[in-house]
Amino acid sequence: MDKLTLDKARKGSYVTIISLPAGVVKVQLIRLGVTEGTKVYCMERLPGGTVVLQRNRQEIAIGYDLAKKIEITLS
Amino acid sequence: MKSDTIINKQHKNGHPHPEVDELLSSNTKENKVVLAGNPNVGKSLFFNHLSGMYVDVSNFPGTTISITKGSFKDYDIYDTPGVYGISSFNDEETVARDVILSGDIILNVVNALHLERDLFLTLQLIEMGKKVTVLMNFSDEVKKRNIRIDVKRLSELLGVEVIETSAVNKLGFDKLEWAIENAHEGNHSEELHHLLHKTLDRVGSQAEALIILEGDEIVAKKHGVPCGNADQREQIYISRRNRVNEIVSDVEFEDTKKGEFFNTLGRLSLHPLTGLPILAFVLLLVYFFIGDLVSQRIVKYTENTLGKGEFEYHVKSFVGKYTPVDITVHILDDNDNVTDTKSYSFTGGMNADPKKAQEFKRISAPHGTTTEFTFKNPFVRLFFGEFGIITMTITYLLFLLLPLVMGFYFVMAILEDSGYLPRLATMLDRSLNKLGLNGRAVIPLLLGFGCVTMATITTRLLGTEREKTIVTAILQFVIPCSAQLAVITVLMSSAGLIPTVIYIVTIVVVLLGLSTSLNRFLPGESSPLLIDLPAMRMPKLENIIKKMFYRSYGFMKEASFWFFVGALAVGLMELTGLLNVWQNLLAPVTTEWLKLPKEAANAFVMGMVRRDFGAAGLFHLSLSPMQITVALTTITLFVPCIASFVIMLKERGWKQGLIIWSGTWVFAFAIGGIIAQIFA
Ligand SMILES: Nc1nc2c(ncn2[C@@H]2O[C@H](COP(=O)(O)OP(=O)(O)OP(=O)(O)O)[C@@H](O)[C@H]2O)c(=O)[nH]1
Ligand SMILES: [Mg+2]
Repeated sequence: MDKLTLDKARKGSYVTIISLPAGVVKVQLIRLGVTEGTKVYCMERLPGGTVVLQRNRQEIAIGYDLAKKIEITLS
Repeated sequence: MKSDTIINKQHKNGHPHPEVDELLSSNTKENKVVLAGNPNVGKSLFFNHLSGMYVDVSNFPGTTISITKGSFKDYDIYDTPGVYGISSFNDEETVARDVILSGDIILNVVNALHLERDLFLTLQLIEMGKKVTVLMNFSDEVKKRNIRIDVKRLSELLGVEVIETSAVNKLGFDKLEWAIENAHEGNHSEELHHLLHKTLDRVGSQAEALIILEGDEIVAKKHGVPCGNADQREQIYISRRNRVNEIVSDVEFEDTKKGEFFNTLGRLSLHPLTGLPILAFVLLLVYFFIGDLVSQRIVKYTENTLGKGEFEYHVKSFVGKYTPVDITVHILDDNDNVTDTKSYSFTGGMNADPKKAQEFKRISAPHGTTTEFTFKNPFVRLFFGEFGIITMTITYLLFLLLPLVMGFYFVMAILEDSGYLPRLATMLDRSLNKLGLNGRAVIPLLLGFGCVTMATITTRLLGTEREKTIVTAILQFVIPCSAQLAVITVLMSSAGLIPTVIYIVTIVVVLLGLSTSLNRFLPGESSPLLIDLPAMRMPKLENIIKKMFYRSYGFMKEASFWFFVGALAVGLMELTGLLNVWQNLLAPVTTEWLKLPKEAANAFVMGMVRRDFGAAGLFHLSLSPMQITVALTTITLFVPCIASFVIMLKERGWKQGLIIWSGTWVFAFAIGGIIAQIFA
């Protein structure tokens, strides 16, 4: 399995979160339902690297600078 | 779910916490009810319903940013900013944390479509030992999407009452009193209790003990106990997250998903390829609505026919009965060209010469005439003259400004309520990164076109001080508020296309220059975008009308006072000759550098009070298109209105506030002058 960062995820693919950056952002992501090990759907990837994830009905937009720090594998 | 990990407050190996019980029971009258929940779940809607008061309701996370208190029967009800958890990572959370900690009863509003997200807070509230009832909102949308939720099971698992509600058909609204009365503590996990044990004995409140363990430094300091470290917090969080996921998979069943028009529209508005055309379409609609329908057709009728033709005409005719006045009546043809002019002079007021007065009434009464009154007495002029405090101010406020402002608030309300704004934020995220901001900044910036003061407060939803400073500066320097924009639209449409283009380009260049240099020179780093996107939906007409009405009312209430003050100041300055002194003082700047008539200096007196009054002061000067461009550029960049100045000082502190304020003086005159010098 290849390790990637989230900004490289392809639109329309499912990815599994491997690691989140430590600190406040991690806490916020856990609250929104994104933890290490969760599988999410990459609903949109905008030019420049902003990513929109979908988990169940929840849609979450993540900026490029943050997406770069989130490790994923394709699944 | 392993049920043996869940127990009730009376835990099995019961070690007593006497202080806790005492603290809880000492408060005999439990009447502090707090509405708590994630952002954008309908808390404010319930608050309005229960308290009969009004706070804003919009479809983007972070509408409410402060606490509002109301009352319902014997209870005090508190509306809070939405949070995803109790802690103090940002201003909203700190504010919400304090009320929730002190609340006796928590009405926890959750969005039934997003239980996985929302129950995280619910569990935290229950683990805090609060008396909770869950209001499961949005049950209308649940039905629409073929989702089934086992409410009874959910209530069992949580250990608190769960009520299904919907704001659309007012489902469950009649059970709210029952919900408050029946709030009780829920299930706690044994594991958590062991973790809490030590801190609880020292702090005496389960709620505070939990928050301390989760790393809230402020509360920890208050009690002088060490606060939990990042590992402890993560441990608690992960186990809570797992429990939420278990609960949700136990109670929620989904039948096949339905693709909805609004879902598709939401998805399309994210990507620039489809999102930019959508944005352009939205702006075009806004332009037709505000720029054409409201500011041309409607205002023409209200200002000329109602304001000047009816209101001013009658007031002035009445005053003219008692005081010397010269009157000119212009008779117009169908194309508003003057075909005939009649003049009357009443040296002793109209009452002294009833016959002539009769004749004047006959000539001026039918439509298709305009009437000019010139009063001889300067004090009468001060109040009833062409720029009279009573006549002009009321026409301006009620018949020009009010329809325009209502138009703007109407449009803003639709945008806010549709769920479009967070998606626009996402689409523009990368571009805003270059200005040291992230997509979220779109929300306060757009709100600024409604009211800069309100938008300045909304900067609280931004992640860092740095971003708040940049956005506040942009708001105060370049964003014209609805009132000002209204006046600008009217003036600009008389100036033509090229001046309009020059004006817009100048403002945009200043905006880009200002924010890129702030981004360069301010220390620190801005935060990346992290926003949850609410479902797109058809805005509710009732909500929109209500919001437009309340905002316009609030705006007029505040604006009217300051406008009278400003008009009185200018009027008195004119009467005493001070206006002349000020005009001469500024004359080198106004006439030489800006190449405007020296009376334009009046606009800068009014402009300090409210920006739109500044622009309004330009109405009566006959300016060339180029002069209009220069004047409007200067006025736009000029100091913000008094209200937003005061709010800025509060939000950003004295030092930064004053720097920004004086900066606007320098910028406004410098840039206005450059335009004047280049194009004149
Ligand atoms: N369809 C539907 N929409 C709802 C329901 N309840 C609330 N809304 C809409 O949800 C949006 C959010 O409502 P608010 O009352 O502003 O939510 P809030 O919890 O106060 O939000 P914040 O102040 O941002 O934390 C508004 O657009 C409401 O009209 C519901 O039961 N069904
Ligand atoms: Mg609210």
